[in-house]
Amino acid sequence: MGRIWSYNPGLECAEPEIVEMETDILLVGGGMACCGAAVEAVRWAKPAGLKIVLCDKAALERSGAVAMGLSAINTYIGENKPDDYVRMVRCDLMGIIREDLSFDVGRHVDDTVHCFEDWGLPIWKTTDDGKTIDGAEAKAKGLTLRGGAKPVRSGRWQIMINGESYKVIVAEAAKNAMDQMGENGVILERVFIVRPLMDANEPNRCCGGVGFSVRENKVYIIKANATLVATGGAVNIFRPRSVGEGQGRAWYPVWNPGSGYAMFAMSGAKLVLMENRFVPARFKDGYGPVGAWFLLFKARATNAFDEDYIAKHKDELKKFAPYSEASVVGTCLRNHAMLIEMKEGRGPIFMHTEWALQESMKNMDKKEFKKLEAEAWEDFLDMCVTQAGLWACLNIEPEKVPSEIMPTEPYFLGSHAGCAGAWCCGPDEDWVPEEYRKAWDDVGRYNRMTTVKGMFAAGDTVGACGHKFSSGSHVEGRIAAKAMIKFCLDNKDFKPTPKENPEELKKEIYGPWYRFQEFKNATTVYEINPNYLLPRQIQLRLMKIMDEYVAGIATYYQTNKIMLERGLELLTMLKEDMQKAAARDLHELMRAWENIHRVWTAELHLRHVLFREETRYPGYYYRADFPELDDQNWRCFTLSRWNPETGEWEMEKFPYIQIIPDPLGP
Amino acid sequence: MPSYVNPEKCDGCKGGDRTVCMYICPNDLMILDTENMKAYNQEPDQCWECYSCVKSCPQGAISVRHYADFSPLGASCQPMRGTTDIMWTIKFRNGVVKRFKFPIRTTPEGSADPTVGKPDPDLSAIGDNRLFTEIADGVTPATPENPVAIKFAG
Repeated sequence: MGRIWSYNPGLECAEPEIVEMETDILLVGGGMACCGAAVEAVRWAKPAGLKIVLCDKAALERSGAVAMGLSAINTYIGENKPDDYVRMVRCDLMGIIREDLSFDVGRHVDDTVHCFEDWGLPIWKTTDDGKTIDGAEAKAKGLTLRGGAKPVRSGRWQIMINGESYKVIVAEAAKNAMDQMGENGVILERVFIVRPLMDANEPNRCCGGVGFSVRENKVYIIKANATLVATGGAVNIFRPRSVGEGQGRAWYPVWNPGSGYAMFAMSGAKLVLMENRFVPARFKDGYGPVGAWFLLFKARATNAFDEDYIAKHKDELKKFAPYSEASVVGTCLRNHAMLIEMKEGRGPIFMHTEWALQESMKNMDKKEFKKLEAEAWEDFLDMCVTQAGLWACLNIEPEKVPSEIMPTEPYFLGSHAGCAGAWCCGPDEDWVPEEYRKAWDDVGRYNRMTTVKGMFAAGDTVGACGHKFSSGSHVEGRIAAKAMIKFCLDNKDFKPTPKENPEELKKEIYGPWYRFQEFKNATTVYEINPNYLLPRQIQLRLMKIMDEYVAGIATYYQTNKIMLERGLELLTMLKEDMQKAAARDLHELMRAWENIHRVWTAELHLRHVLFREETRYPGYYYRADFPELDDQNWRCFTLSRWNPETGEWEMEKFPYIQIIPDPLGP
Repeated sequence: MPSYVNPEKCDGCKGGDRTVCMYICPNDLMILDTENMKAYNQEPDQCWECYSCVKSCPQGAISVRHYADFSPLGASCQPMRGTTDIMWTIKFRNGVVKRFKFPIRTTPEGSADPTVGKPDPDLSAIGDNRLFTEIADGVTPATPENPVAIKFAG
């Protein structure tokens, strides 16, 4: 075999077949939110005679952020009040959230958790004598949440589960629901929807989505009345701490490239708080979860000299009052204190698993301790096997030695401890401030609809409504689905008419492969060609720009106006070069489109960071030229819109309206 | 690298046009070499080590060699996933072995009932704020206890 023009090919690209479909409801994504949407939508679509199509880029059984499993459900209200849940979210997200959206999640979320348990998810319980039992034993004893049994709280809002098959179970319910639709319910796996279809007759109207199969050469043009874009957060937009194989070990799922944020922007929908990012402090390199260690096992974290860095920097944190004064110090502020220690040379930061477990051991017999040890390992094995593997590789037995923790590279998400995403309508009810409701009067007041008519969001793609986690995302999908059914019934006569014809769409979607075909023999290796860039090359350049100019790890998360403007120049040139992306096979075609989504997401973030002239989220990022938090001018939403007619960006402030009275936190 | 395939065990999921690992990988990494009828990971630095392929391989042919950038060699985590439990064997670099078994579900595979035994809702309720389960249970969704509307900057 010759050596020039060689590489290890994925599934071959060929001239694609065009598949046109028409449906009432299109669900884009396959994670918790879309599975929730399917379950709820089917119940209403059947009697209403509506059709549903769900497109998942992967296989429903193991797709999305919960693919690997989870060891806890982080949002279960239980004995708490939804009002206090809103207070917690508001305080952790530094005082700016859509309280109507968060309250809406809080009041419905337990219902969805009860469904999970019915479907077979094992949920730990506390017995009457105060013992912890696993979910299978609990079920065998007839202890269920619906029946009033007590879950095991690892924190005020979290409950422990045996969650290796969490997604398998939730996906199964969604599939079974879609099966009940007969030919009116279609699940397309391995179909990657890459951009919205906009209507030719009605301005600002989404009429479906277009994408392609990553298994066979088919372009899917799916016309729809209502489209839910629930595609997860965004990962590997910044240069990660591990740049070799380890870059796959992203804290959030490596397959989430911000598709939803990009598709909202492309359609002209408004996005909110895209400056918000999440920088989790996690076990170093493996990125294993720390929540259970802090909350359930009562471990403490210190600097290299056993000093409690939160207590040590109490005065520094006061600068960010009132957010630093709540009963639980906000996540970004804990990072802030940790970063001071690291910058001043008192790292590494240690999680003292050994102190916590040795303390527990004192009050336990051998059997009880074995159980505790298993619980600690399960926390990793359910949701981050790598961390268990890394401990084994490093001979770390947590009862003997501490482990390093470290803040990661930045991530974007709307469901975990972050709140980037689309600006969405909330419930149209009396207690919701008029300002929020009337913002949707042009397109209609439908819960979780974006500012583009017919385009909805749920889970990670809804902005200003964080701390939903897996259960909240599922129920948000259900909330959106019901509103979408109403929308379809109210807009029965709509005939989706995409602006572009099928041939044009095919040329755009398969553009990177056509480009490769045109230029592949212009040089003797595919990887170096002046006519195009391969997806990996685009991604590496993006990650470098973001890391160096937009407050990545390279600058300890700091940036300023001049750096951002320089970053924007470089990003703009990358956007131009992206028009010359090439893909050699179906796998690379997927990567090419993922990177288009990454670059859109990166630009949204950069423009928002530039717009907000204060440091709202210390510990996540710093505007070095505006190092203070400025409630007077900036306790408000920041909204962005890319105008599809002019190609210009429009930025605006929108007032934050407090609905749940003080205190700030619960 | 993440997940790797043992060529002695992998049979390419004989006869099928796709392998189980290829079907399940959330990041489209596993692929079948149809000439050798063996699967492989086509982009190891994009592997999340989610273990979906490892857990589902019918031949037990897939394992994980943890990320070379930060994991010393010699250790492994290998699962055996059944219909109700998963068994993990963790081998340390220094030879320590730990075994754990956890439940994974409490119902038979395939049985998840999306209706959770509730009747289909009446379409006349489409405009209100209740999910279908809440309608069946007679639940009225909460509203805030003492809502205020205090406007801040902007």
